[in-house]
Amino acid sequence: MAIEILMPALSPTMEEGTLAKWLVKEGDTVQSGDILAEIETDKATMEFEAVDDGIIGRILVPEGSEGVKVNTPIAVLLEDGEDASAVPAPASSAAAQTVAPAEQSQTTTRPTEPAVVPATAAPAPTPDWPDGTEMNEQSVREALRDAMAEEMRRDEHVYLMGEEVAQYQGAYKVSQGLLEEFGDRRVIDTPITEQGFTGVGIGSSFTGLRPIIEFMTFNFAMQAIDQIINSAAKTLYMSGGQLNVPVVFRGTNGAAARVGAQHSQDYAAWYAQIPGLKVAMPYSAADAKGLLKTAIRDPNPVVFLENEMLYGRSFEVPALDDFTIPFGKARIWREGQDVTLVSFGIGMQYALEAADKLAEEGISAEVIDLRTLRPMDTGAVVRSVMKTNRCVTVEEGWPVCSIGNHISAVLMQQAFDYLDAPVINCTGKDVPMPYAANLEKLALVTTEEVIEAVKSVTYK
Amino acid sequence: MAARKNSKKTTVSGEELLKYYREMLLIRRFEEKAGQLYGMGLIGGFCHLYIGQEAVVVGLEAAAEDGDERITSYRDHGHMLACGMDPKGVMAELAGRATGYSKGKGGSMHMFSREKNFYGGNGIVGAQVPLGTGMAFANKYLENGRVSFTYFGDGAANQGQVYESFNMAELWQLPVVYVIENNQYAMGTALRRASSTPELYTRGEAFNIPGEAVDGMDVLAVKRAGEKAVAHCRAGKGPYILEMKTYRYRGHSMSDPAKYRSRDEVQKMREEHDPIDHIRSLILKGKHATEEDLKAVDKDVKAIVNEAAEFARTSPEPAPEELYKDIYAEA
Ligand SMILES: Cc1ncc(C[n+]2csc(CCOP(=O)(O)OP(=O)(O)O)c2C)c(N)n1
Ligand SMILES: [Mg+2]
Repeated sequence: MAIEILMPALSPTMEEGTLAKWLVKEGDTVQSGDILAEIETDKATMEFEAVDDGIIGRILVPEGSEGVKVNTPIAVLLEDGEDASAVPAPASSAAAQTVAPAEQSQTTTRPTEPAVVPATAAPAPTPDWPDGTEMNEQSVREALRDAMAEEMRRDEHVYLMGEEVAQYQGAYKVSQGLLEEFGDRRVIDTPITEQGFTGVGIGSSFTGLRPIIEFMTFNFAMQAIDQIINSAAKTLYMSGGQLNVPVVFRGTNGAAARVGAQHSQDYAAWYAQIPGLKVAMPYSAADAKGLLKTAIRDPNPVVFLENEMLYGRSFEVPALDDFTIPFGKARIWREGQDVTLVSFGIGMQYALEAADKLAEEGISAEVIDLRTLRPMDTGAVVRSVMKTNRCVTVEEGWPVCSIGNHISAVLMQQAFDYLDAPVINCTGKDVPMPYAANLEKLALVTTEEVIEAVKSVTYK
Repeated sequence: MAARKNSKKTTVSGEELLKYYREMLLIRRFEEKAGQLYGMGLIGGFCHLYIGQEAVVVGLEAAAEDGDERITSYRDHGHMLACGMDPKGVMAELAGRATGYSKGKGGSMHMFSREKNFYGGNGIVGAQVPLGTGMAFANKYLENGRVSFTYFGDGAANQGQVYESFNMAELWQLPVVYVIENNQYAMGTALRRASSTPELYTRGEAFNIPGEAVDGMDVLAVKRAGEKAVAHCRAGKGPYILEMKTYRYRGHSMSDPAKYRSRDEVQKMREEHDPIDHIRSLILKGKHATEEDLKAVDKDVKAIVNEAAEFARTSPEPAPEELYKDIYAEA
């Protein structure tokens, strides 16, 4: 009986990998324990051993294939005496991409966009590490620092650059200790010249480096937004796929406290609009760490939006030497039946608080943290709304063209028949941030507004 | 620090000296009070004090004429007081009250007064430089003979838009005095760690803009340099750069661990170069006033500052409706 050899999961969070190299060929006899292939995960290159004895009948996924999903058949192992011709060739192997060259044709056909995540049955809340993993308390600030330090140890090409990141240890102390460990070649204080050092960072990535560009706050990244969008996000496309830009732009985003209109702005929706960028906006410390490590390893420009109000908050972080969290995978913080609350970043604080209070009143809210806004796991939202039939989104940014607006549109298109009430977007108010304490409170989204919105969509 | 050798030569009246003394002292006491109110929670967010740099704005205001404009960064309280804005309105804004210059909606970094031609307060390092250049553009366009005083820090001097402004200002011969307030630090970064050259006044050379380094702790030296720069501008010769060598005594903002410089350094500056002590001794040496007279001035200034604080404390917060006002101007 022929045995299918499947793409292995080599780390708790691995979902796909690169089949870097086959160390056997068709017709080879292998014994259990022999090394069959080298597989690159998001963390490392690992050797993959045979479990059974037999003969390699057919290799289904050629070496060099990227993005091979865990559990995809990659080869067929025959028992002694079995004939390779007995094995039916698989109908189509995901990774064997022998695309027929496009014919020169006069008619222009519209290419279809890659499909969004299909709305299938709702999964249970998704843990990003194995059950029973030991957990440590850690602040978001420390988690971010550790993520950078781990990646800098792992890859000599990763460096950190920004205002006050080195000697001052970071304006918000996120880079504490990094200068000491990595020296001033890799932890670099810049003059106040955002457009300049952002461009310098991007340029350095063209020729092989992997910079982490820290903006003291994302308010100041507006000085550099041309470089982020025109030079980082669009270059791969404009170069026909030659020049990727592995840069992380990170820093604090959104309102702090009483710092006024120019220093209190949420850029989530702005950057989420840009094809070519990836955008992460974590809430918890574990997500901050796992997502930042993924961002640093990503071959694309990633805008990583942190929040000053969360830096000091502690959460459980898995005590693993190395873990990453994939982009485009929402986290379900709380399961519920009556309404779906969708948020991200600091907005999660209001969503979770509201869910707690609603539970006391007998309303059960499912709370989804998007974690990354591009790619965005709208599939998770659609699946949840198919169950709850109601949705409220929560974010700190402005209401017009918000993330919530986008989710509303997706739900209208993909879950229209499941909605029992219009989606409500809870957002910051449509005003520049005022300085006065009383007005600032009014300008921000509040837990009470979320509760009110839930009551409205549940007709309570 | 540039030498002070010229300050004694000038013939300034006692009246004038006393005026500068009083203005500088008002800024000093006002800022000390603001620091206290911050500690008490009456002021929030960022609050950047001007203590140590008083001679710069007071000297330059002495060189300005009615109608001239000024614009600066977030370290702006001194500029507002020096151009004659009401300490009560400034303090009320710091406290986020309806009676503040921006109705409580701007705060420390964002205050304006059309009446006094004060155009802010800007929280984005360097952003005021093109704006100040634009005000000079309007002055030339309108042929009104006014000069724009555009202030920025040593840190801001590295922003690209500063040089875009320099080029246009010289190209179009705009009447703007660029005042670089070199207090030697940009947050925790000493000038030498951020600038390829220590002499910021030479930063306009590539554009043909004349520049000069000035002892910014000496109000009379500042005033003289200001007069020269303003004359250049008003004569239609284009922009002028003044690099004011000065020093900030306090932290960058209210929460600053200040590990980037020694206590001794700050102490030495206070003891040997304090701009207020300097003018005080000129007054006493020149017998323009007695210790008693100066005490009376101190008392006066204190009363003004206390009144401002009391005004801020007792003023109401803005009405909730203010949240949605002032977003668009009426067409
Ligand atoms: C574009 C921009 N980048 C960074 C900041 C954060 N920041 C505020 S003040 C400052 C230092 C500026 O120093 P300097 O220009 O010397 O002025 P000083 O504070 O000494 O008056 C920095 C980095 C900002 N407000 N805007
Ligand atoms: Mg400075």
